[in-house]
Amino acid sequence: MRLKPWHFLIGILVLALLSGWIIYPNDNVNPLGWSWKKNLAIHEGLDLQGGLQVLLEAHPPKGQTVDASVLNGTKDTIARRVNGLGVSEPVIQTRGNNQIIVELPGLKNPEDAVKVLQETALLEIVSTGSTPLPVGTTITTTLGGPEQANATASGTPTAAGTPGASGTPAASGTPAAAATPAANTTATPTYNNGQVFQTIVQGKDLADAYPTTNQVGSLVVGFELKGAASDKFYDFTSTNQGQYMSVVVDKQVINSASINGAIRTKGIIEGMTPDEVNKLVLQLKSGALAVPLEVVQSRTVGATLGQDSIRKSIEAGLVGLGIVMLFMILYYRLPGLLADLALLLYALFSFAIFKLLGVTLTLAGIAGFILSIGMAVDANVLIFARMKEELRLHRPLSTAIELGFDHAWPSIRDSNISTMITCAILYWFGRYVGASIIQGFALTLFIGVAVSMFTAVTVSRTFLRTMVDAGVGHHPRWYGSDYGVAAQAAAGD
Amino acid sequence: MFDVVANRKWFFIGSAVIIVPGLVFLLLGGLKLGIDFTGGSLWEVQFKQAVAPADAKTILGDNGFGDAQVQTAEGNVLQIRLRELKEGSPQKLALENAFRAKFGDFTQLQLQTVGPTVGTSISQRAILAIAFASIGILCYIAYAFRKAQHPFRFGVCAIIAMIHDVFVLLGIFAILGYFFNIEIDSLFVTAVLTVIGFSVHDTIVVFDRVRENTIRRVASSYEEIVNYSLVQTMVRSLNTSLTVVFTLLALYLFGGETIKNFVLALLIGIVSGTYSSIFNASLLLVVWDHQERDGILRRFRRGPATATA
Repeated sequence: MRLKPWHFLIGILVLALLSGWIIYPNDNVNPLGWSWKKNLAIHEGLDLQGGLQVLLEAHPPKGQTVDASVLNGTKDTIARRVNGLGVSEPVIQTRGNNQIIVELPGLKNPEDAVKVLQETALLEIVSTGSTPLPVGTTITTTLGGPEQANATASGTPTAAGTPGASGTPAASGTPAAAATPAANTTATPTYNNGQVFQTIVQGKDLADAYPTTNQVGSLVVGFELKGAASDKFYDFTSTNQGQYMSVVVDKQVINSASINGAIRTKGIIEGMTPDEVNKLVLQLKSGALAVPLEVVQSRTVGATLGQDSIRKSIEAGLVGLGIVMLFMILYYRLPGLLADLALLLYALFSFAIFKLLGVTLTLAGIAGFILSIGMAVDANVLIFARMKEELRLHRPLSTAIELGFDHAWPSIRDSNISTMITCAILYWFGRYVGASIIQGFALTLFIGVAVSMFTAVTVSRTFLRTMVDAGVGHHPRWYGSDYGVAAQAAAGD
Repeated sequence: MFDVVANRKWFFIGSAVIIVPGLVFLLLGGLKLGIDFTGGSLWEVQFKQAVAPADAKTILGDNGFGDAQVQTAEGNVLQIRLRELKEGSPQKLALENAFRAKFGDFTQLQLQTVGPTVGTSISQRAILAIAFASIGILCYIAYAFRKAQHPFRFGVCAIIAMIHDVFVLLGIFAILGYFFNIEIDSLFVTAVLTVIGFSVHDTIVVFDRVRENTIRRVASSYEEIVNYSLVQTMVRSLNTSLTVVFTLLALYLFGGETIKNFVLALLIGIVSGTYSSIFNASLLLVVWDHQERDGILRRFRRGPATATA
């Protein structure tokens, strides 16, 4: 079956409705009665809702080096602290081999936050007696309570309830006997009631941590202790077999294990999924180093500045869109009007994609989008110019439309690809500079250009074809002036 | 038909009129680098009543920031540029307290701090980014025009037009920096890269016509072919440029204060990009073709002119 223009028209309509539904802010509108919720939101960047962006650089003490795994462990620690700051969409990324970038949009008190982030992590292994503590519990140890650790301890622990599907892992000395994973605990994670847990060793006592395999070949966490600490650990583990211990970072439990054997220098912790193993290794490694972090770059933006800019930018965008649409109608008449419709659809589609991809909207991003409105028209302008030429050569209207599109396509493709190349490089540059502002601009411009290629070639063309098929719009005046004869001739046959 | 090609000398002079003064101010150190490049802090605070910059400077001096620059902005806002001032540091606390004691309560609109080493590496990356963009585009054009007679020639001319736009942008901002102290930041680099993309975008449309018309042999000489192509694409170039300029103007006039210079850079770049794609890039094709045929560059036989033939 040959596809008719109105088939495309229906397809475009469906897409438009879908986009409209995606964009519509209310989650409860559900035309088809699905139980599925969109759960999509446009994220506002730092410059729009205010907040803090910090670039932290690891400055390890002399003789120590920071590698990717230590940095990743430190990142995880920071991520946990950020959880306690009540920021809804934090971004925490490592950059290069010694920097971590933290973005906290909507943060109210930047001074305190910076202190919290810079705090060096304290890793402890504590004895918890006969109870395995659930991961996420905030506790007090002999080295101090959560209030001394940092602001993460807001009194209410962010407990996960149960410590993972694999149950509580077990620790054992090497060579290890078969480990018995401890029973799942569903107990409430509140241990703030005055109980103080004994710290056996801490981060600086750890020599190394690595993923390794046990006798049965499963992936486990291996760790090594330094000189004096190993004796202390041996005494503890040999007298406490069958009891439990926990790995604690910043007073928060990240792993609990049963003690299955005496450990002197080398031990393993088993009974975890490979993901959990890798995470714990990173934690132990970064905890062992306790790398001090320096703030090398920061941006604090107040919320008022952003809200004002957002309103202004949207107004400016609407004014710009209006002028462009008016210009298109005045200059290109009927095709201009159709291009305007395509432009509105373009805006609709782009927004839907922003929302689907979870693009963070920044001021520069909005500028990129508004700029792409201007550029989106370009493809249409190219096509119409070619169409006019074909009409001047006395081709029938429908042929002129097809030839116009065909001839304009190479220019549209080549020119847009060059813009996309620069967008990709901009994105890379933005990532390096640590500016989500630049990345936002590159991403919105890229999406804008890609969508504009689609709408100009598919949507405008479908509109024009449908018009011709329906026998509407043959009057020459609707296409501008000087090729009236040709258009009229086309209308006649 | 208006003969652009025959008058090409005047269009090159037109470009020089903008670029040469710009270069002079560039050499005079007119381009003011913002903290993104130099390191340091930009602190923007809003007071309840008007505060004289001189008073603020005194307090800054008392706290060891004697070399700070203070500017006023709308709504009792002070923009202070100073040495690295860290969020949560004792120095900042001391400054805040001193300000509160003298001028009453205030709100911090923004504080940007860039360490000195970060600054220099950003400059390097900016230059790298621009270089990568040029190479990427050059390769793409050479590929897209591979069936044309001199694919590499199209690429080089597009890049020259693009460099033209970068210099126009740098030059004008050097002049603005010299007279109005307008600084450039990492958003300016973003604008430069965007302009690069747009400039080439525009140039390709014209080149595409030249390629097509060369194959169709619409005229006997290369000059005529290029001129014909230019006239054919002129309306489109101007219309596209106009629509982009409309949207940017709206953004400049009604948009937020923080991105004003960014939008201005884009505006200048887009206008320059349109000019260079019509009046520089294609005309360079003609110049190149001429030189090759007339053998003026015969002594550069192993130079670019013949190497790409």
